Amino acid sequence: MIDIKNLNKSFNGKCILSDISVTFETGKTNLIIGRSGSGKTVLLKSIVGLHDIDEGEIWYEDILFNKLDFKDKKKIRSEMGMLFQGSALFDSLTVEQNVRFPLDMFTDKSNEEKNERVNFCLKRVDILNTNNLYPSELSGGMKKRVAIARAISLNPKYLFCDEPNSGLDPITAIMIDALIKEITEEYSMTTIVNTHDMNSVMEIGEKIVFISDGLKCWEGSKNEVLNSDCETLNDFIFANSLAKKLKQTHK
Amino acid sequence: MIKFLTLIGQYFLLLKKVFSKPEKPYVYYKQTMKELVNLGLTSVGIIAVISFFMGAVITLQTAYNTENPIYPKYLVGLGCRDSILLEFSSTIAALILAGKVGSSISSEIGTMRITEQIDALEIMGVNSASYLILPKIIATLFFNPILTLISIVVGIVGGGIAGSVTGVVPTDDFIYGIQYAFIPYYVVYALIKTLFFAFIITSVSAFEGYYVEGGSLEVGRASTKAVVYSSVLILLFNVILTQLLLS
Repeated sequence: MIDIKNLNKSFNGKCILSDISVTFETGKTNLIIGRSGSGKTVLLKSIVGLHDIDEGEIWYEDILFNKLDFKDKKKIRSEMGMLFQGSALFDSLTVEQNVRFPLDMFTDKSNEEKNERVNFCLKRVDILNTNNLYPSELSGGMKKRVAIARAISLNPKYLFCDEPNSGLDPITAIMIDALIKEITEEYSMTTIVNTHDMNSVMEIGEKIVFISDGLKCWEGSKNEVLNSDCETLNDFIFANSLAKKLKQTHK
Repeated sequence: MIKFLTLIGQYFLLLKKVFSKPEKPYVYYKQTMKELVNLGLTSVGIIAVISFFMGAVITLQTAYNTENPIYPKYLVGLGCRDSILLEFSSTIAALILAGKVGSSISSEIGTMRITEQIDALEIMGVNSASYLILPKIIATLFFNPILTLISIVVGIVGGGIAGSVTGVVPTDDFIYGIQYAFIPYYVVYALIKTLFFAFIITSVSAFEGYYVEGGSLEVGRASTKAVVYSSVLILLFNVILTQLLLS
């Protein structure tokens, strides 16, 4: 479980996140949704410690993460996996070396054990026969899969995904969403996904947090999201004409 | 002024991160071996070519400027040797490497920054500064002196060949000249300068790349800044080291 209390973050005096309090539950796919520039990525990067927050508390179970020093943060970070918007695979390493990297850095496993784990992770994300390819030789969807394989290679307790579907076609996007949900349930992880893709919301949104202009405007499940009274949320969800028509029909 | 001091502070804070204890020495060792190839071996060609022609030009210019019966011919060899030993193979070669190696380091690390690869390392709990920069510093500190020695040898050979082919100085005189009044300390002096310059090139370029913000345009700018700042610092330290080591 990750608990955020009264989080505030600003850049050069400009307030980006204001008084965000939310709990992300274990074993669930938690979604942060909102328009581009609403502060989603800043929130996610603050939660993982890539941005220092101005005020507030970030709790990983019973550990106050934002007050830890670099050394202690490392312990929690070894339990984190993150999927970046652009995949962030290491260009100079092959697919196999990318997935193997966390194992080389943080485990004392033998070569055979590492190879076994790498192949297991790649098989789990349905990427086969690409071990010796470089990231530049992969498609967008394949890169995301490899990034997921790298993120789960150390059996993390927490998985963070920043716009996992950006740049993907709808079918591949649904496949990536399904994979994230399956992995979350399989390893009982606390997963936080940052997205503005409404397909993702409806496919995997077990808990949804809506951010607008740096404020938490709404929180609920995918079943509640369509019937919300929050006007800003409705404007966001039913932004396109197809969704508007569907809502009118639904009424 | 405050901005400049902030920059200096940021640079030393980065160095502190770079020189912290490596997580996995074996991984760092492998990375250092890679960098020896990327930053060292791949520079042998350009250093050899430039040194050869610079040696040739130094010989020809010395010969044309000492065309006087009073001066013995072997002075051309001596002049060539000392120019190469004292300035060319350490300082000029360092300026060339600042262009080649410096821009490569800066753009590599800068691209990793803007494509979130450095964030990915940080999330894993890896000390990204140390993992990315320390192997490069070790590799250049180890290999640049070798490049300097190669440059000295190739430069003098180039000078000898140019003198002989053009007939401005007979080979025997040239060989006598390069042995005449030889001060071995000059080689040590060149190598000490090379070590300082190697550290400047790598750390300044890595610093520029590590703190890039924005996109590809900023990576290009950082790369240019890395070369300019490294070159200026090399020239500044050349003066300081020369005064300290030769006075």
